[in-house]
Amino acid sequence: MMDATGKTVEVPTLPAERSIDAYRQMVRIRLFEDQVNELYKRGIMPGLAHLYSGEEAIAVGICEALNREDYITSTHRGHGHCLAKGAEPDLMFAELLGKEAGYCRGKGGSMHIADPATGNLGANAIVGGSFGIATGAAFASKQLKNGRVAVCFFGEGALGQGLFYEELNLAQLWKLPVIYVCENNLYNEYTHFSEATAGDICARATAFAVQAETVDGQSVETVYATAKRLIDRARRGEGPAFLLCNTYRYTGHHVGDINREYYRPKQEELEWKTKRDPILLQGAKLIEQGIADQAALDGIQAEALIEMKAAVEFAVAAPYPGPEEVEMHVYA
Amino acid sequence: MPEAPMRELTFAQAVREALAEEMRRDERVCILGEDVAEAGTPFKVLSGLVEEFGTSRVIDTPISEAGFTGVAVGAAMTGLRPVVDIMFGDFLTLTMDQMVNQAAKVHYMSGGKWKVPMVLRTTLGATRRSAAQHSQSLQAWFSHVPGLKVVIPSTPADAKGLLKTAIRDDNPVVFFEDKMMHHKLKGPVPAGEYTIPFGVADIKRVGEDISLVATSSMVQIALGAAEMLASIGISAEVVDPRTLWPLDEKTMIESVKKTSRAIVLDEGYGRYGVTAELAAVIAEGAFYSLDGPVLRMGAMHVPIPFSPPLEDLTVVTSKDVFEAARKLCGKG
Repeated sequence: MMDATGKTVEVPTLPAERSIDAYRQMVRIRLFEDQVNELYKRGIMPGLAHLYSGEEAIAVGICEALNREDYITSTHRGHGHCLAKGAEPDLMFAELLGKEAGYCRGKGGSMHIADPATGNLGANAIVGGSFGIATGAAFASKQLKNGRVAVCFFGEGALGQGLFYEELNLAQLWKLPVIYVCENNLYNEYTHFSEATAGDICARATAFAVQAETVDGQSVETVYATAKRLIDRARRGEGPAFLLCNTYRYTGHHVGDINREYYRPKQEELEWKTKRDPILLQGAKLIEQGIADQAALDGIQAEALIEMKAAVEFAVAAPYPGPEEVEMHVYA
Repeated sequence: MPEAPMRELTFAQAVREALAEEMRRDERVCILGEDVAEAGTPFKVLSGLVEEFGTSRVIDTPISEAGFTGVAVGAAMTGLRPVVDIMFGDFLTLTMDQMVNQAAKVHYMSGGKWKVPMVLRTTLGATRRSAAQHSQSLQAWFSHVPGLKVVIPSTPADAKGLLKTAIRDDNPVVFFEDKMMHHKLKGPVPAGEYTIPFGVADIKRVGEDISLVATSSMVQIALGAAEMLASIGISAEVVDPRTLWPLDEKTMIESVKKTSRAIVLDEGYGRYGVTAELAAVIAEGAFYSLDGPVLRMGAMHVPIPFSPPLEDLTVVTSKDVFEAARKLCGKG
């Protein structure tokens, strides 16, 4: 591939083994979210959850390019980021059900899963709430010279928050190793992003001289290849980057958002699900390249389903935290 | 206070000494804020620190209070111990999401897994002729939020010992300095190493007839009133809580049980303010010992006006306290 100056650059690609892993991770996320929806419908899950279905290639493509000790911050639509960074589904389901075995002892819930063991600084229920935390983690990496990169996942709705532009400015001034990953799933909750977003999205980053790129967020290999390049660049101390990933939210804003026709047509949903599904696309690619056959892909699906069902069973059976927990962890 | 040779330091010198000692002791401590480096802040509190510690640890930021406070939250989670400088307490409004929704809740929401060991230093106090957006005392806002600690020293010695404790604390601590005290208030400060624990009030003057519970700038006001009261035969005790959270309820209650009368003083607004809380604690804890109502004295409930004669009306004076105390003691 040639870059803008005509120089040949190496395009990072996933080796065969890892492109199957990426497929498996996407399937696991999809089936995890299917179970979340079931738990909601069966009235077992307290509150609501925001499903990541349709956007899996972004979390997986990015996290395949990260090391375990690298940092991520996540959003209210964060289950996919968590799983892709290495979280265990049983402990995640336990958290979603408010159980003591959960990642946050049941005190965080769906929108606040955090896991230091996998570098997950936490999901954030304030839209754009983690721009500062991710930038701060990158700042600490630079100060401590530990070579870690921070990735800040956020939806295009967060582009409306002023904090983003403060952090872009700081990150570029200080050449921080942080990647801002904007998942444009087209809808700010119930409003099409075009009704809320003026001008050019990438221009918002390039105004600060932050390197900005746009990718097809439905192609896990494309996301990986671009992310890998930007992450390596950040790790070398060459500064932050902004990665716009075009994608689609298959379900509603949250599990209870069932009737969506007042803000988007069913035909639109159908087209993305049938023509631009990241799992179908990656599966077809694996078969075409002779890396896997349909039976192997079916096997991955079946295995993941067993894993998710077992994880749900674990979480349903797990006990709630005792009353003594309510005042624990207010202060360290 | 430990027995050590005393020097006379200004409030600003004591703050600076605490920072310098902690930065020498712990490489993870760094300072972030507007004009903190070569300028040493507009209040010249930090003068000299950049010369010793360099611009990698005393870091000038853009005018982005939310931005750099957010960076401090993330950096604190990932290995640094940042001290943020918010020049005027009025600018705290710009940091509210970072402090209230992020810093204060990270530890709890993560089930105790992440910690936010950061300090936010800022100022309070009127009478600097700075008008409504540079004169507020907003300590009540932060004291309301579980997960934050709030420190409000009244003397150079307390400022030094409490700031060192704040920097060593594993929680987000908001540290309020009266900007009028920085260079005007001098006091004895022990030479060498010492810290002062949070949640321990200090009796600044022992008395028998009335308790004046006062914070920060109001401690000097209370001490002035106590002198005036002594001249008419009323013995006033001055109690300084020193930290609003954790709060030493016991010392206040014991004092009022002894004196049977109380006036609480804080430069913030009285309504729904620090004085309201302290008065409630005293009323609940010492009700059967009280010989009169617990009085609150704070800033008038108006935006701070610019015109000097008007501004001066908004702040409690020693004479105001003297008059109120005299009446409460039945000598009006």
